[in-house]
Amino acid sequence: MTKRYALGIFEDEDVLMHAIENVRAAGVKIYDVFSPYPVHGIDDALGIERSRLPIAAFFYGMCGLSFALWMQIYMLGFDWPMIIGGKPHIGLPAFIPVSFELTVLFCCHGMVITFYTISGLYPRLKVPVMDVRSTDDKFVMAIELKEDADLGNLTQLLRANGASEVNEKEMTKE
Amino acid sequence: MAIGLIMAYLNIGAGHHEAAGAAHGAAAEHGAGAHGGEHAPIWLRRLFASLWQSNVFFLGISAVGTVFVAIHTVAYAGWSIMVRRIAEAFSAWILPGGVIMLIVFFASGHNLFHWRTEGIMDPASPNYDAIIAGKAGFLNLGFYVARMVIFIAIWWFFSKRLRDLSLQEDQIGGTGFWDKSINVSAMFLVLYAVSSSMSAWDWVMSIDTHWFSTMFGWYVFASWWVSGIAGILLTAIYLKQAGYLRFLNANHLHDLGKLMFGFSIFWTYVWFSQFMLIWYANLPEEAVYFNQRLGGFDGKYTWLFFFNLIINFAFPFLVLMTRDAKRQMIMLKIVATAVLIGHWLDFYMMIMPGTLQGDSGFIIEIGTGLVFLGGFLLLMTKRLSQASLVPVNHPFVEESVHHTT
Repeated sequence: MTKRYALGIFEDEDVLMHAIENVRAAGVKIYDVFSPYPVHGIDDALGIERSRLPIAAFFYGMCGLSFALWMQIYMLGFDWPMIIGGKPHIGLPAFIPVSFELTVLFCCHGMVITFYTISGLYPRLKVPVMDVRSTDDKFVMAIELKEDADLGNLTQLLRANGASEVNEKEMTKE
Repeated sequence: MAIGLIMAYLNIGAGHHEAAGAAHGAAAEHGAGAHGGEHAPIWLRRLFASLWQSNVFFLGISAVGTVFVAIHTVAYAGWSIMVRRIAEAFSAWILPGGVIMLIVFFASGHNLFHWRTEGIMDPASPNYDAIIAGKAGFLNLGFYVARMVIFIAIWWFFSKRLRDLSLQEDQIGGTGFWDKSINVSAMFLVLYAVSSSMSAWDWVMSIDTHWFSTMFGWYVFASWWVSGIAGILLTAIYLKQAGYLRFLNANHLHDLGKLMFGFSIFWTYVWFSQFMLIWYANLPEEAVYFNQRLGGFDGKYTWLFFFNLIINFAFPFLVLMTRDAKRQMIMLKIVATAVLIGHWLDFYMMIMPGTLQGDSGFIIEIGTGLVFLGGFLLLMTKRLSQASLVPVNHPFVEESVHHTT
């Protein structure tokens, strides 16, 4: 499937941020913005919703904590009780370091796996690059062009908001 | 003028607290005095212990204000410029706090510190204690007082130096003052690292003279530090809601909230590291410390022991976990207040069992705490009102205004 995009090239971060606001205010839907480095506040400017990953992380952590506590209490308290240092079989202070580590372990692995899955990141993934200069020193704003889109107006809008050039690009996505 | 107004309001608040505190204290003293009977006056010992406890707590918070400024200066941190003046104002209490500390130390005699008992280091005396005598090289009156004076002088001097540089910068501008304050901050941090740790041994750990813990310096520092951040946060929110600090927004509060959240966990980590090792090894000379606090004196401190963990760890941890909670003033206010009360109680837990055994109460102690709070706020708000609330010529002030997280 081939799609057409209008690419506004910006030189400056602040100009880009204002342009995003104005372009969105003009009712144009921005497909995505490519920048050489993470820009503070760009998520809010683009209206991207906050990730729900922390909620998932909380539950992964809870799983890890429950598993760790269950494992230690069951193993050391019921399955094979041993006297260690004269402490009770279920001595909670001694269980806390292991519980902490397993909470972190479950949390991290759960988050990484979830993130890769929902973002569709897998080995040998081909990432379409709109404009190679976005990996160097330019900011690229991509706007998807519908069949009957008016490129002239869009070019004017982007130029008026500080784009140094406006290109058209076709991307093929299999 | 506007700042004067807010100050006046706070002063009234402080004065009110002070009056209330004094009234509390007097009432409690009266009650306890009547019960005291023929023994050594318990109310006086309680007064000394509570003066010491509140003073160590507030003096620590006061110094933390300067530590906050120093750390953010050496880290080239821009976002915190908005609250820098609040942190600077905290150090107004260092000098009075230090003077009170010396007075209380000399007035209390052996009531606070067992190692100051007459003849305790003299083999011929009936009070002789070989273990304490072995510590005479460190715990003797001259060296102890010298250390106290030096530590407080260091804190006071560097607070004043950083404050002066910042005030001059307000007047003259340029980046020279900021460059200088980096050197001053770096020096201060090195000295503070040593002095805070040693003051924790001196002022708190030496109460339980036989006992020792290598985690103790960090433990006390963590308590001071998180309380200081909570104090800065509360003051910032108060000023914001009173209409000052217009450029302070949810992003700054978010970062302060993160610090409070993180260092609550850090405090717990240090607390637990100390507790677990002692619990596991179970050596009598170490375990006695927790023996007194967990079930000792007819279980007097047991509830406090667990409450300490709940209010200082579980509560901030669970409440401030989400992003939204760290950006809402009401949540931050509740948690910061809880943290301040919690760490005041933490110092209560450190000092009371060693000095008063089972005789401590809460009325004199809370009264004294409120008097100190009043005095602290009085001087802090006074200093806050003496300069612009934002260091206008600081090289990073622009960055702080546009801070986003």
